[in-house]
Amino acid sequence: MSADVLTAPTARRGGRVRAMLGRLFAVVLKDRFALVGTLIYVAFVLLAALAPALAPHDPMEIQFLESGRLARNVPPGDASHPLGTTSLGRDIYSQLLYGTRSALLVGVTAAFFVVAIGTLVGLVAGYAGGWIEVVLMRLTDIAFGIPFLPFVIILSAFLEPSVWNIVLAMSLVLWRDTARVIRSQVLTLRERAFVEAARVTGSSHPRILFMHIAPNVLPLSFLYGSIAVGWAILTEASISFLGFGDATIVSWGAMLQDAYQSQALSLGMYHWFVPPGVAIVLVVVAGFFISRGYEEILFPKLKE
Amino acid sequence: MRRLGSRLAQMVFVLWAVATILFLIFRLMPGNPLAAYIDPNFTVEQQRELMQRFGLDRPLHEQYVLYLGNLLRGDLGDSFFYRAPVTKLIWEVFPNTIALTLFALLIAYTVGTLGGIVLAWLRGTWVEGVTIPLVLTTRAAPEFWLGMLLLAVFSFNLGWFPSGGANSAGASFDSELARFLSLDFLRHLFLPATALAIYLHGLPLLLMRSNMLDVLQEDFVTMAKMKGLSHWTILVRHAARNALLPVVTAFAVGIGYSIGGNVVIETVFSWPGLGRLLVRAVSASDYPLAQGAFLVIAAVIVVMNFIADMLYSTLDPRVAHER
Repeated sequence: MSADVLTAPTARRGGRVRAMLGRLFAVVLKDRFALVGTLIYVAFVLLAALAPALAPHDPMEIQFLESGRLARNVPPGDASHPLGTTSLGRDIYSQLLYGTRSALLVGVTAAFFVVAIGTLVGLVAGYAGGWIEVVLMRLTDIAFGIPFLPFVIILSAFLEPSVWNIVLAMSLVLWRDTARVIRSQVLTLRERAFVEAARVTGSSHPRILFMHIAPNVLPLSFLYGSIAVGWAILTEASISFLGFGDATIVSWGAMLQDAYQSQALSLGMYHWFVPPGVAIVLVVVAGFFISRGYEEILFPKLKE
Repeated sequence: MRRLGSRLAQMVFVLWAVATILFLIFRLMPGNPLAAYIDPNFTVEQQRELMQRFGLDRPLHEQYVLYLGNLLRGDLGDSFFYRAPVTKLIWEVFPNTIALTLFALLIAYTVGTLGGIVLAWLRGTWVEGVTIPLVLTTRAAPEFWLGMLLLAVFSFNLGWFPSGGANSAGASFDSELARFLSLDFLRHLFLPATALAIYLHGLPLLLMRSNMLDVLQEDFVTMAKMKGLSHWTILVRHAARNALLPVVTAFAVGIGYSIGGNVVIETVFSWPGLGRLLVRAVSASDYPLAQGAFLVIAAVIVVMNFIADMLYSTLDPRVAHER
């Protein structure tokens, strides 16, 4: 076998990856939705990275006034506490900044697992057919029969309350949508000429599946991924709000729970419970915007 | 007919699988598995009676058979906390959850469907450019946070609506129906239903809009245009009727998923429903009640998915069922 033959596929693969990245980039520039979404993501990543430098206080530390009294319910606009303090004297602005970290952490890891499992199940089911497909698709049906939020609640209550268990619970259920969509996509790809050509030239099944078919469904996985980030952040917030979250981590959901439990609603402390909600909305909607931008490219029919 | 049979079989299979997963979660969790059914505060006779009813002194596979048998007979055990049969507790709150879900979905789907038609009509205008990001934003907002905002403004600040519960304390009614139709109940229902509807209306709206745009490409619409019918008549009488079908199925699926997702809204508004019952049961380690509430929610989801599927194939004869 000559060196030429050995290097050819790698070169082609490199080109394909570059082409795909180029396409992603082109979408971001062309579509206003995708652009805004990406900018919001970039801003939040920067905030998460710089949180320790930007936050005036430790988010969990109880603050005291100069008089030595507990700095509880300090109104917003204070020089040292721009968004005021909680009823236990914690700095709201610092909590908001640190909340970015847990939101992105949960959002990105959960989305990764959800999409990785979903794509793999969809690829294998669609390509293998036969009993493998039947088994995988029945598993998907079962995942669709599980009430998502109650399942996450029960699992995080039974296991240790930690972010990782929330991520685990989400990964166990949410792959279902991606799996179904990817499978139906693979069913049509399987019959296409380039797959036939690869089969005729003696490519192995894993090779056809992962080198020829997978790159064609990846944009779709990416689409589901950007939606899954939002879902994961919303879910983590709901779980923390219900009191089953990770108490060692500052999160927007936990902030909202704290505010709710501390009568912030009846006291009209809008500066406490509005900012975390707005932050959640921004991150989640950024994912929707990005996915929408890609949808217009993937399904151009809608753009007519 | 064969389709109906195989889809029914699939539904029963999924129900069985979910029940089995739940059995495994509750028996294999850390700690004494017996604890899942028996509260240490029960008297010795009560403990013995429960042990026998659920076969907790027997091997796992026998317990499993007994568990399924009990499920089929509708026996979900007794709540630790309330000292009452789980089924009775669930049926007490179930109507509240159904009322909240249906009311919210009706508002959401009415607004969403009409909004979708209007947006399809305004395709390419500035209104579309403003509305679509706004609608996407409502879908990105956590339901419980929307609920908190509504509570802070309309209940605590303005005092227009009560801050929680389904009825005022001390209110009594002749019947369940009289309770549901009372002004008191509707006043309590309004804020939680609105919060849910704000979250839920985006799906039918976007779905209706894109279906409308699809249908408008079809031949019969061109035909209607050639007949000289007005734009609005074509939109409502011809396109909307055909675009409505996926929205109807989404409604059926939505009932199932909303009941599962209601846990947070019910908690924010202290709405005495199934979701809040589940959250409180899990917090209080009331395992039989948590398990029962979970199963009922799962059953609603599975049945609604089945109904949606059937509706889809009945209403649209073009749908081919290859699966």
